[in-house]
Amino acid sequence: MTENTNNSASTSAEKSAAGVFYSTGAPGTLSIEEMKVIARKIRREIITMIGGVGSGHPGGSLSAVEILTALYFKVLKYNSADPQWADRDRFILSKGHAAPALYATLAAAGYLPESELCTLRKIDSRLQGHPECGKTPGVEMSAGALGQGLSFGIGVSLAGRLNNQDYRTYVLMGDGECEEGQVWEAAMAAAQFKLDKLIAIVDNNGIQLDGWIKNIMALEPLRQKWESFGWNVIETDGHDVGQVIEALGKARLVTGQPTVIIAHTIKGKGVSFMENNPDFHGKAPNADELKIALKELE
Amino acid sequence: MVQEISTRDAYGQTLVELGRKNPDIVVVDADLAKSTQTYLFGKEFPNRFFDCGIAEQNMITIAAGLASSGKIPFASTFAVFLPGRCFDQVRMSIAQPGLNVKMATTHSGISVGEDGISHQAIEDLALACALPGVTVIVPADGIEAAKAVRAAAETFGPFYLRLGRPKVPVIYTEDYKFEIGKASCLKTGKDVTIIAIGIMVKTALDAAAELQQQGMECTVLNMSTVQPIDEAAIIKAAAETGAIVTVEEHLANGGLGSIVASVLAKNRPVPMEIISMQHYAMSGKPAELMERYGLTAKGISEAVKRVLKRKFSGR
Repeated sequence: MTENTNNSASTSAEKSAAGVFYSTGAPGTLSIEEMKVIARKIRREIITMIGGVGSGHPGGSLSAVEILTALYFKVLKYNSADPQWADRDRFILSKGHAAPALYATLAAAGYLPESELCTLRKIDSRLQGHPECGKTPGVEMSAGALGQGLSFGIGVSLAGRLNNQDYRTYVLMGDGECEEGQVWEAAMAAAQFKLDKLIAIVDNNGIQLDGWIKNIMALEPLRQKWESFGWNVIETDGHDVGQVIEALGKARLVTGQPTVIIAHTIKGKGVSFMENNPDFHGKAPNADELKIALKELE
Repeated sequence: MVQEISTRDAYGQTLVELGRKNPDIVVVDADLAKSTQTYLFGKEFPNRFFDCGIAEQNMITIAAGLASSGKIPFASTFAVFLPGRCFDQVRMSIAQPGLNVKMATTHSGISVGEDGISHQAIEDLALACALPGVTVIVPADGIEAAKAVRAAAETFGPFYLRLGRPKVPVIYTEDYKFEIGKASCLKTGKDVTIIAIGIMVKTALDAAAELQQQGMECTVLNMSTVQPIDEAAIIKAAAETGAIVTVEEHLANGGLGSIVASVLAKNRPVPMEIISMQHYAMSGKPAELMERYGLTAKGISEAVKRVLKRKFSGR
């Protein structure tokens, strides 16, 4: 596939978001405003899914929404009707607990029927509590134990280089996840192997399960850490779709070294009582909270 | 004079042969290429060889990524580090999705010798066999090692190949037909069956020869595929000889002995003795350690006599 077969610009974002036709071989042509509508819809799905089953991780799902929207509706090459298309860009969700955000995005992008989202975490569902490769179309790697996605992405990227393929590999990690030693083993290796088609994105929401990262196991200066490991570093507002797209575009121009985008985000973004609240790392909203949250996201 | 070759040497040479035939074969190592013998592959195919430095968790997850993209990665380090140090990575990134990664570790067991207990892997089989869907193979000699490496490359799915450091006598000839999941019967006798793996297979044959002179007839099975184990061969051996002795250079818990015992308990309980490590060992020459911990023909012969006593007394 070499170009977008659908004239997305002339259709409504809600229609694209329903996954009716959005499958693309080239960057999508939705406007920023249309993507904002999709992001809002994804947030509503996340809250509805987690609230519906009564468990899951809303905080780190909500913080990743604009990153996922920018990737799936502007940047990634893929064909949701052919998830295994050999030349697709690869997206690896290393922070597996943000699975609801990924599933809602995959549904919006046409990989899954939206009616399936309500099966999250339920018995026999394709939508497991954490992503499972082989079970859900569009899921590239099994995740849930933190710290493995960047290493996996190195393998995927090396395979592309060996095959002379042009695809890029994007790995979304949490900032708390960067406390795992393996992340820095991978950081060293990606720079050593000069993987310029490997792009890491850190969802830098500042909070981990037990509280604020700065109080548990401080990571700052994060930028300098990545730079000293040989990476090109780009910082961006992770809730401004336009800025995220711009950062991802800059990353594509870099040669000879991998790029990490540190996306400054807010845990629980979009739901007032979840924002910057460590309690909602891994807690579902109750019925009342669900109502309030959905009202805020109307 | 009996020819001797280590199973790691056979591995290194076979990898090169496979690399020439199949461009999708790639190799990752963690700064032990000269010990695991993967340097031979690296020398001939530098573009398909990735030394990941002293970072085994990263190495094995890179292998998972390569496999998910259609490559056939062989990942090597010492058996103390894989699966041990990378257990979580092997579990989630390889075993759960069933990726086509070939884990081939060397320096297994106490025959590592002088390096001491930090380097003597005697728990790795338990860890590997705890993972559903991972095929676990312990070759008995260089010829079987080469055949197992080829079979692993040709068979989709995760493998754990347990290889050794020392040179060991060759017991097979080139026409040996290795089959994944099938025990190889090296000798038949009516009194007792000795089931062995790895370098203990030759020792079991030595014990059987010794016992024959004393009038005891042993069947000797090389159970090189430990997972999935050849249940039919175990049940047949129990039916035909009524007594079993297992021999492994590994702790009993989770290794060959416990797996064979569970097959017998479910299907055909017969008296059984387990020759294995009981605890951590120490530094020493490999032969001295095998002697000290009873992994010898004499140790096996004594176990055979014990199990025969039980067989005839009905206990």
